Amino acid sequence: MRICVLIKQVPDQESVLKINADQTWIIEDNLVFTANESDTYALEEALLLKESLGGEVVVCTLGPERSGQVLKDALAKGADRAMFLQDEAFDRLDSQGAAKVLAKALGAEQFDLILLGLQADDTGDAQLGPILAEELDLPHVTLVVATEVLDGRLKVKQEQEGGWYQHIEVDLPALLTIQSGINKPRYASLRGIMAMKSKEIKQVTAADLGMGADDLTPDQSIAQLYIPPKTKDTVFLEGSPDEMVSQLVEKLANEAKVL
Amino acid sequence: MGKLLTFIQHQEGKVARTSLEALRGAQELATTLDHTLTAVVFGLESGPAELANIQLDEVLLVQAPELTTYSSEYFVAAMEAVLKAEIPHLLISSHTYQARDWLPRLACRVERPLVSDCVGYEHDGGLTWIRQVFQGKISAKVESSEGLVIVSFQSGAYRADELGSGSPSQRTMEVRLSAVPARVRPGDRFQEAKGAVDLSRAERIIAVGRGVGDEENLTMIKELAKTLQSELGSSRPVVDYGWLPHEHQVGSSGQTVSPRLYLALGVSGAIQHQVGMKNSDCIVAVNKDVNAPIFEVADYGIVADLLEIVPRLQKALEERNAD
Ligand SMILES: Cc1cc2nc3c(=O)[nH]c(=O)nc-3n(C[C@H](O)[C@H](O)[C@H](O)COP(=O)(O)OP(=O)(O)OC[C@H]3O[C@@H](n4cnc5c(N)ncnc54)[C@H](O)[C@@H]3O)c2cc1C
Ligand SMILES: Nc1ncnc2c1ncn2[C@@H]1O[C@H](COP(=O)(O)O)[C@@H](O)[C@H]1O
Repeated sequence: MRICVLIKQVPDQESVLKINADQTWIIEDNLVFTANESDTYALEEALLLKESLGGEVVVCTLGPERSGQVLKDALAKGADRAMFLQDEAFDRLDSQGAAKVLAKALGAEQFDLILLGLQADDTGDAQLGPILAEELDLPHVTLVVATEVLDGRLKVKQEQEGGWYQHIEVDLPALLTIQSGINKPRYASLRGIMAMKSKEIKQVTAADLGMGADDLTPDQSIAQLYIPPKTKDTVFLEGSPDEMVSQLVEKLANEAKVL
Repeated sequence: MGKLLTFIQHQEGKVARTSLEALRGAQELATTLDHTLTAVVFGLESGPAELANIQLDEVLLVQAPELTTYSSEYFVAAMEAVLKAEIPHLLISSHTYQARDWLPRLACRVERPLVSDCVGYEHDGGLTWIRQVFQGKISAKVESSEGLVIVSFQSGAYRADELGSGSPSQRTMEVRLSAVPARVRPGDRFQEAKGAVDLSRAERIIAVGRGVGDEENLTMIKELAKTLQSELGSSRPVVDYGWLPHEHQVGSSGQTVSPRLYLALGVSGAIQHQVGMKNSDCIVAVNKDVNAPIFEVADYGIVADLLEIVPRLQKALEERNAD
């Protein structure tokens, strides 16, 4: 089975975010970046499928220079090769723009399966999977929490709201978006880290894909970022940890009356 | 005057609550823009009861044998036909799991933007969409190019109980979907066997998030839960890591709770968590990041390391119990 996994690099969950001067993006200096959470589960699912069925796992990211690190990490965990779509022309693409670029880059490879995370934790669009499936004319299923390979098709379990699930069959080749918790992502081994150094990371630019600025004009863009104003009057307790705790107990007992 | 369509999601004729919330947003937009408002319903013979007395110009029943249950390929093809025939300025939907599955594909098919998971809009000559980014830590105003825009509204962005009333007319439209390939074949929907923990009845819940840092730290939180006579809840990552079984998870893919006390420890308060707990009577949040979205719903907030707070709270409660 030939599998491609898309991984986006995003700020680490612990990051304290600040907005830049023209309020169009965050200040990236000094931030720690990491692979988007659900993408790490998508990668693990691909590695597990390869281990049971054979084949290869190709990882791909579209992003600035720094994001090459997610490809190295994935190669160290066992992915076979990588594609790095990097070009100034790719900055600030919307989901459909990114999907057009990815479709050009991946289309020729004829993967059996393309896996993505269900949502990138930076912009939170939750769109790229179904859009890329449409661009590549592949069937898709989102929010997958279990996969089983049958003859020429997949049986997957899809998470739905309120504790509901659904089994869905989908013909191969197909595209899935993976929900967190589907497996236990591995850590890279020392051997894996050594092996990574000899694996291929193919650089791809807009020119390589024959795409110019005209193909890449977004239909939606961020006009302004701001810290959401607080609408609730939260009572913040102040002082040392001991003081805050005694105030809390007092308030829970006498104000909220929940003790 | 233009046209505004709003998609109504239903399960066997029962309308999703979030669709009614989005419909309220659509009503506001229709008034602001002086547009007509049509509710689009797939796969029903007659209009759902929930729409019978709602302020709407019409209910459009889109019919085809393939539309009785959800499937992304049929829904995309059907809505593509509707958009072609109706030529609306906006298509509005709620941002449900189902919407996440097919609206992006539709947007790509008709080559128009989907602005997803919006919490509101601003109108000042043009329209600007407001949505959360970075898991709710930052808000964004989003602009789109001229032409049809597809918009999905977050659960809770508008209130269904504020829907204006009226008497919409009804129209049917048949679409032919027999040529659409059935590459995706949905099977039965099911629920997993219920676990032993029923958080919906709990008086007090202590919820742990990723901020607990380490599985071992759960020991002291379990002890605190015992002293406070409360059940243990959690955010999704804590379950994903295998630190607690799924039956403890609170949120859109876990349980919905409304205890008298909800004590959130190291939970950031992403929208998918908030929808499961925001109706609790008293919400306390302990988080070291003052900008964590959990403080948006908290009555009391402590900005501190939970590992410093929990042992002290344990001691204070023990002393109180001893008195
Ligand atoms: C379709 C979908 C469904 C989902 N369903 C659910 C669901 O049902 N339930 C759910 O919870 N999530 C759900 N999620 C995930 C959700 O989006 C968030 O990723 C998740 O809720 C974050 O969990 P968290 O708050 O524990 O972790 P984080 O967001 O990583 O937050 C950890 C918090 O702990 C704080 N912290 C760290 N260390 C300390 C310390 N020592 N002391 C005090 N504070 C500290 C940090 O400041 C941070 O705010 C879903 C997501 C999607 C896309
Ligand atoms: N720039 C990118 N490079 C690689 N993968 C991406 C990129 N953007 C999004 N993805 C993938 O698409 C998924 C959904 O992202 P989004 O639709 O942007 O929320 C992510 O979890 C990633 O797997």
